[in-house]
Amino acid sequence: MSDDVVVRIEGLHKSFGRLEVVKGVDMEVRRGEVVVIFGRSGSGKSTVLRCVNFIEDPTAGTIEVSGIGLTGGYRTRRKREQVRQLRLHVGMVFQQFNLFPNMTVLDNVTCAPRSAGRGTEAEITKRAKDLLDRVGLAEKAGEHPIRLSGGQQQRVAIARALAMEPDVMLFDEPTSALDPELTGEVLSVMRTLSTDLHMTMMVVTHEMGFAREVADRMAFFHEGRILEEGPPSQMISAPAHPETRAFLEAVL
Amino acid sequence: MRPAVGPASGGAWERVQLASARVPFGVKVAAVWLVLIAILAFLGNAAAFDLQWIRDNFRYILGGLRFTMVIAIGGIVLAIVMALLGALARISRSPVAYGVAGFYVSFFRGTPLIVQMFLLYLALPPVGRNLAESYAWLPEGFDQALILDAATAGTIALGLNYGAYMTEIFRAGIQSVAGGQGEAADALGMTYGQKMRKVVLPQAFRVVIPPTGNEFIAMMKDTALVSFLGVTAASAELFRRSQLVGKADFKNLEAYLAVALMYWGLTVLFTFFQARLEARIGRGYDRAHVARATQAQEPH
Repeated sequence: MSDDVVVRIEGLHKSFGRLEVVKGVDMEVRRGEVVVIFGRSGSGKSTVLRCVNFIEDPTAGTIEVSGIGLTGGYRTRRKREQVRQLRLHVGMVFQQFNLFPNMTVLDNVTCAPRSAGRGTEAEITKRAKDLLDRVGLAEKAGEHPIRLSGGQQQRVAIARALAMEPDVMLFDEPTSALDPELTGEVLSVMRTLSTDLHMTMMVVTHEMGFAREVADRMAFFHEGRILEEGPPSQMISAPAHPETRAFLEAVL
Repeated sequence: MRPAVGPASGGAWERVQLASARVPFGVKVAAVWLVLIAILAFLGNAAAFDLQWIRDNFRYILGGLRFTMVIAIGGIVLAIVMALLGALARISRSPVAYGVAGFYVSFFRGTPLIVQMFLLYLALPPVGRNLAESYAWLPEGFDQALILDAATAGTIALGLNYGAYMTEIFRAGIQSVAGGQGEAADALGMTYGQKMRKVVLPQAFRVVIPPTGNEFIAMMKDTALVSFLGVTAASAELFRRSQLVGKADFKNLEAYLAVALMYWGLTVLFTFFQARLEARIGRGYDRAHVARATQAQEPH
């Protein structure tokens, strides 16, 4: 059973200066599982996600991804390399897309596999084109990101993360920066990742429709802790905590 | 004009203003320049300006251009290398790198360029000589190793000096690249070197091109300082040559004016190229940048 766990978070704490944002989070994500994380802004949900691949350095606790277990704290050269090895197993999609504006769409997708020496140039390009095809943007390969809509940029960002063939994909509010009519195309790509690729995903989002349909589990964050978690049917229809209920009433 | 007032209320001055409003702004500015040049030409004529002398010596002075350019290009290349290293050191967490870079920037911004030139040219040779005397294990010929010719000393001083100023430009350029870019590169498992080389520096490069161009243009003019180190007549840069022939023939006005025009021409030329380069680099991935780059550059 434990071999099946892709991400294990144990006793995670994160402080920014004196402000403690994450106050002890434990979580396990199994292979192929989709976990939706939701909660108010400032509840620590994005910070937890960013700690999983050490974009934020945990103040305390252990993160284990695909068998690589690491703690936060001072970064020696060896530790930095371990963090990098861990990151090679984790794909991340950001709220603001963060595509590289100095590269074409295709180069955005091939950049990381090329840096990591994942196969020959032809293989890397072939796989990148397949991924762009998967997110429906094969014809935009030669464009620069600035010429794409927000929804298209986010789909490229998904393809870019997938190019490293990660064991888990982290989505940090992937549709929050998009106009309402563009969120659908991004969510439907994310849905196919789960249905077609059985991708393990941790998704911070307030898209309850997506959560109901795709999530195996939902976790409600409140003041730096997981207040409750469970399957979407239970979490959305019959939340146990008044805080969860109040939040859902506000977003639904 | 408001029709209610009508032309009848306007005097002669008002009619002039109305006529003037029809002339494009650029034409008026050009007219102002022509007037200024005419005044200068008149003053030059009054000072018994010897145009024939300029014609005779123009080629000789202009022959210094290649030395001026070699010094300026060598200087800017060194400055860019120093600024890049300095900027990377200033954003690094290593106290050694940060400290060395801070010392470097502080010293070279805190002392006059001409002093730095003389330090390299005249103060280094005795250092090499004394070291060679004191430490026998130093390689053969070390006593000669720190003796630089004037052009080399000048080029190195220019590069180090401008590099110190440009360190701040490069640091700001690197830090202007949005934090999300570095995070995205990190998240993809790139090494620090890959992140810098492929993601951060190409974007920072675009930001530092205009100020670096300005530094290069400024440096072309500061190459004149090398003449104080006493370059031999055969290989002198622009300013040295104008001094040499101007003094010899008592034609200081003509010589200095001629060389001033040469520097001015160079500056105008390179400002033009810089604007083109900037527009070219911005093309394709930043709409706002393209718009900015196509605007006219300010004269330097």
